[in-house]
Amino acid sequence: MLNPDSVGRTFPGAKSFPVTASEIAAFATVIGEEDLTVAPPTFSIRISLEQSQELLSDPSVGLDWSRVVHGDQKFEVFRPIIAGDVLTCSSTIENYKAVAGNEIVTVRSDLHSAGELVVSTWSTLVVRA
Amino acid sequence: MVHIGGARMIKVGDVIAERIFWIDRELLKKYADASGDQNPIHQDEAFAKSVGLPNVIAHGMLTMALAGKFISDWAGGPAAVKEFSARFTKPVIVPAGKEVDLTVSATVAEVDGAYIRLTISATSDGVKVLGMTKALVEKS
Repeated sequence: MLNPDSVGRTFPGAKSFPVTASEIAAFATVIGEEDLTVAPPTFSIRISLEQSQELLSDPSVGLDWSRVVHGDQKFEVFRPIIAGDVLTCSSTIENYKAVAGNEIVTVRSDLHSAGELVVSTWSTLVVRA
Repeated sequence: MVHIGGARMIKVGDVIAERIFWIDRELLKKYADASGDQNPIHQDEAFAKSVGLPNVIAHGMLTMALAGKFISDWAGGPAAVKEFSARFTKPVIVPAGKEVDLTVSATVAEVDGAYIRLTISATSDGVKVLGMTKALVEKS
């Protein structure tokens, strides 16, 4: 079970993620995107989901990541991510509920580059009973 | 290139014609490498079955990325997508040696100048795989 005290907590990401042209190209190529000047709208999942896994698996939060399935995903793109951005990702556990033994957690991640908010993204994760 | 009318010609209820994306195991491997999501349920059939899945399944985020490609192509490029949300209702099942369809279409739900809200439909093998799928685009 998730520690209820962790709801509302914000975890400032310690790491920074320099975005390279080749990372954008690799992601774009998989979906057949030929415009490589900006990252595809879902590119930031590459950063936010890994960080969500790290924070939710922390012993102080206590979620069992091995039973997590992805329920919902939302992106707000204030401007597209481009090569040369150095992103930081801060994540907040926005919502938590237990329904019929399943736990449902929504994590919001804000990705900044040089202080500018570039993308906000919400992942709703379901921990199966 | 001359745009006659442009976004002003678009009205609520307009349907964006469906398109089929084909998904196979090779694409799952490429998406795993590009996204960093190496969960074995997307690559290893024995593992997927051991956790109760019918077979290897596609990453929900690959499905969403392909639906994103569909809307960004319509809107004028990947920079046009301002908001994008989806619910992963059913998995896309990808048996070995097969290509499975991801069939995507969309309907115009709201028009506010160049800003257009779309409702998107995505099925695989006739099963709805994404629900509540919506996007806000700035159409060029």
